[in-house]
Amino acid sequence: MSEEQIKSLEQKFNQRIDRDEKIEPKDWMPEKYRQTHIRQISQHAHSEIVGMLPEGNWITRAPSLRRKVALLAKVQDEAGHGLYLYSAAETLGISREEMYEQLHTGKAKYSSIFNYPTITWADMGAIGWLVDGAAIINQVPLCNTSYGPYARAMVRVCKEESFHQRQGFEIMLKLANGTPEQKEMAQDALNRWWWPSLMMLGPTDAESVHTEQSMKWKLKRKTNDELRQQFIDQTVPQADVLGLTIPDPDLKWNEERQSYDFGDIDWEEFWQVVKGHGPMNKERMKARVNAWENGAWVREAAMAYADKKEKQHSKEAV
Amino acid sequence: MASKKSWPLWEVFVRSKNGLEHRHFGSLHAADAEMALENARDVYTRRNEGVSIWVVESKHITASNPEHNGELFEPAQDKVYRHPTFYEVPDDVKHM
Repeated sequence: MSEEQIKSLEQKFNQRIDRDEKIEPKDWMPEKYRQTHIRQISQHAHSEIVGMLPEGNWITRAPSLRRKVALLAKVQDEAGHGLYLYSAAETLGISREEMYEQLHTGKAKYSSIFNYPTITWADMGAIGWLVDGAAIINQVPLCNTSYGPYARAMVRVCKEESFHQRQGFEIMLKLANGTPEQKEMAQDALNRWWWPSLMMLGPTDAESVHTEQSMKWKLKRKTNDELRQQFIDQTVPQADVLGLTIPDPDLKWNEERQSYDFGDIDWEEFWQVVKGHGPMNKERMKARVNAWENGAWVREAAMAYADKKEKQHSKEAV
Repeated sequence: MASKKSWPLWEVFVRSKNGLEHRHFGSLHAADAEMALENARDVYTRRNEGVSIWVVESKHITASNPEHNGELFEPAQDKVYRHPTFYEVPDDVKHM
């Protein structure tokens, strides 16, 4: 195709997006649109899959059967969400193996929040309440994104996600109204998860390299800073209900802006974790690589069995 | 890793309740049809979304090419005579 032809196709493509038309897998799309979507959707899938690890850590130690079934169901949902998203990315021409390879070699990133350890039961509460809360704020606008398979996957994800946040809040509520030790445990979890949750919404707009293009493609509908403010504004009153204190001395209601002002985020920490130097980066990757490698013989055996059955079947047919 | 044959891709269709058609829900990887059904149940029907599942290996689906949408679908656009409103019937004619 000549450069001129591509330009005219791109123009038509952008007009389709401006008209809120969806783009489907076999439609023509600019190469950059394809690559950006592969990157974002696969990283989103990786985050769901790696996100199972910090919580999986507590399934066998949940304090009651009620908490255990809820946590199991939540982790199972995360596996499901990862699978919806991997399939959506595959419609853009990347294979599942390629995506795993990118994750395992560190070429693809996943949400930095999962590189923090889950050291007490209250962390299950804080993750559901804060991490899933921040994830929902990120994800709801994606239900309207321009790429059809991604938007459809996100509709399913968002429908299932709200129980995740509520079960987390319920854990926090129970602890906050429990013994002084339990309340302290809840406060400690809030102290450790608050700032990483704010970072989860991404670097400030000035530092975010992809924002402008992603807004044009409706891959993003609000900037990171807008999403972060929304998260803070809706979470502070929830912390008040819990009777817990958000660990930010600069947090203050701003009457004029009708929003909360908040303190400086330690972006140095964020970039360190993104670059692989968080407390759990190595361990998370080791767990994923082990799961993949130790499961290889199962995948091969299942395939060999399927092939054998197929052969028997065609023999019978003759 | 790549030298081994990987599990093929399957498309999943779910009937949400009797009386409704099966609808495309998504896709997944599985070694054979039986496993595809089991995986589809776990991935796509965790909250009573279905009463029946179809799976078909993706390679068996032939899809039309959007580049041919013009020749495929445009001819239907100017055939207004296929719609009831094309025909004139006096207002006082009932049941038509």
